[in-house]
Amino acid sequence: MATTAPPEGMPASQPTYADVTRDVAATLGNPTKGYYGLLAFVVTILLVGVGALLYQIRMGLGVAGYTPPVMWGVYITTFVFWVGIAHSGTLISAILFLFRSAWRTAVYRTAEAMTVFAVMTAGLFPLIHVGRLWYAYWLIPYPNQRMLWVNFKSPLVWDMFAIGTYFIVSTCFLILGLIPDIAAIRDKATGWRKKLYTITALNWRGTDQQWRHYTRAYLYLAALATPLVLSVHSVVSWDFAVSIVPGWHATIFAPYFVAGAIYSGVALVITLLIPLRRVFKVERYITTDHFENLSKLLLLTGMIVGYAYVVEYFMAWYSGNTFERASFWNRAFGDYWWATWTMIICNGFLPFLLWFKKIRRCIPALLVISLFVNLGMWFERFVIIVVSLSFEYEPYAMGHYTPTWVEWAILSGSFAWFFMWFLLFAKNFPTVSITEVKEIIPMPRKRAS
Amino acid sequence: MKGSPGGILAAYRHIDSATEAIGALKKSGYDDFTVYSPTPNEEILEAVAHPVSPVRLWTLFGGLTGLVTGFAMTMWMSYDYAIVVGGKPIGSVIPYIIIMFELTILFGALSTLVGLAFHAWSTNQRGPFDGRFSDDHIGIFVPCPVERRPAVEQLLTAAGATEVKVEIG
Repeated sequence: MATTAPPEGMPASQPTYADVTRDVAATLGNPTKGYYGLLAFVVTILLVGVGALLYQIRMGLGVAGYTPPVMWGVYITTFVFWVGIAHSGTLISAILFLFRSAWRTAVYRTAEAMTVFAVMTAGLFPLIHVGRLWYAYWLIPYPNQRMLWVNFKSPLVWDMFAIGTYFIVSTCFLILGLIPDIAAIRDKATGWRKKLYTITALNWRGTDQQWRHYTRAYLYLAALATPLVLSVHSVVSWDFAVSIVPGWHATIFAPYFVAGAIYSGVALVITLLIPLRRVFKVERYITTDHFENLSKLLLLTGMIVGYAYVVEYFMAWYSGNTFERASFWNRAFGDYWWATWTMIICNGFLPFLLWFKKIRRCIPALLVISLFVNLGMWFERFVIIVVSLSFEYEPYAMGHYTPTWVEWAILSGSFAWFFMWFLLFAKNFPTVSITEVKEIIPMPRKRAS
Repeated sequence: MKGSPGGILAAYRHIDSATEAIGALKKSGYDDFTVYSPTPNEEILEAVAHPVSPVRLWTLFGGLTGLVTGFAMTMWMSYDYAIVVGGKPIGSVIPYIIIMFELTILFGALSTLVGLAFHAWSTNQRGPFDGRFSDDHIGIFVPCPVERRPAVEQLLTAAGATEVKVEIG
């Protein structure tokens, strides 16, 4: 776990170990009225979403806007969107950990928590999409009376295994990182929080034996999570790529989806960190340098995504395949041109602004860019799924899909669901890693002092 | 701490003082002491000189179990309910690699955690604890009988302890 270089952006007056514990513990104080107000707001939106879902369960999937041949709409779009969001958390927590990237220590906890809540949100959508969500357990290979087993050749089953594994492993990774931090908070807390942290710290005492095994376990979990994160969105991309729909059947899909996932995830990390560091007064730890580094990640992945857009169009033209050409022409100039151009402008052009250092270090500009990137990434999935399905091979089988209020309400509810968990987490558990931030601060020495 | 053995508990502010104390303890023949620290520290782990953690074996065997389970489950279930889907062979290994991969990761990760819990929490380091050791101090607890306590206390103080106290077991 050791990262020896001082983090970029750490102020000249380097905090002491005691400062770190005190400052992070201070973020867990009693919530303000503003916090309760925000929580009440997101819970209200969530209830609207739950109401819409109950209405859909009562009336059937007909209340969603599915129109043949577009039988995958907002729900699958949002599913792919949230799975994508989850990816940057593991990138920051596991991949950058393996690369000994010191700057990640202050921001990885927020990204990791975001990952877990995003997967929890994503996992709802296949269930909502299938309509009779109480039969979702049929995806699990379990012994049953009819001696039926699941079809392991189906991408739906691959998804179930990939996302299920991703959720379990990323949750374990989050909890493992939290244990020493909770122990540090436990030893400062009073009242009911003391009881909560005493239970959740699992009797952690930071002995040499515990650290000896902990550091190895953390390393191996990071090593396992790294190929996992790359595989999960590849598997999601194969939901599309293994079919023969024009616009889907492309070998570029796996890397294209992984880059897009990290791109949207980093954007949401930026969106979350900007208000969080201000409200929790942790600007000393999450500095402008951290945002610049995140912006560089955003720039890199944005360039890959932009390149993938160009390659998709090039291959549609170069292949000479009439259906591919027509499909991509339809994307840009057909019924859904507005969705395509929103995606291209937000994801293809906007990241170019990040070539300028001034913009990378301008927090309000980053907030605006990150919001537009997420808008663009949701539309990217909409374009890939809905627009491709609406314009396949036979003109008589083409159709137009318009989402209904039920779908918009459930989509809004999913954001509320995500933010509700994040708000609850942020006020009860450290959003800045105490242990890892301390690790990059040199321990005091007798000789130096 | 309930059930903890008696001995001497020392607190250190400086990492070099703590490693000096560890070195002196080892030289004097003590090897069952406990070192507490707020973060994992290379210098402490080097001074204590533990062998490499066996958690890696849990990861390896967990991963291999997942791989074998993924292969066996997909193949057996395919042949148990043998129906041709999409003109593909009943046992199609290529798509099953995805399931095998995911189960390798899943079983590897879960067995790593089980290994960690088994080794890190089943430790016999049951000495007394002080809240400062999770904040900004390093602690060393040396379990020892009453007659050896003055010598240990002197050794720990000489290394630069900020506080040394006798813990009655």
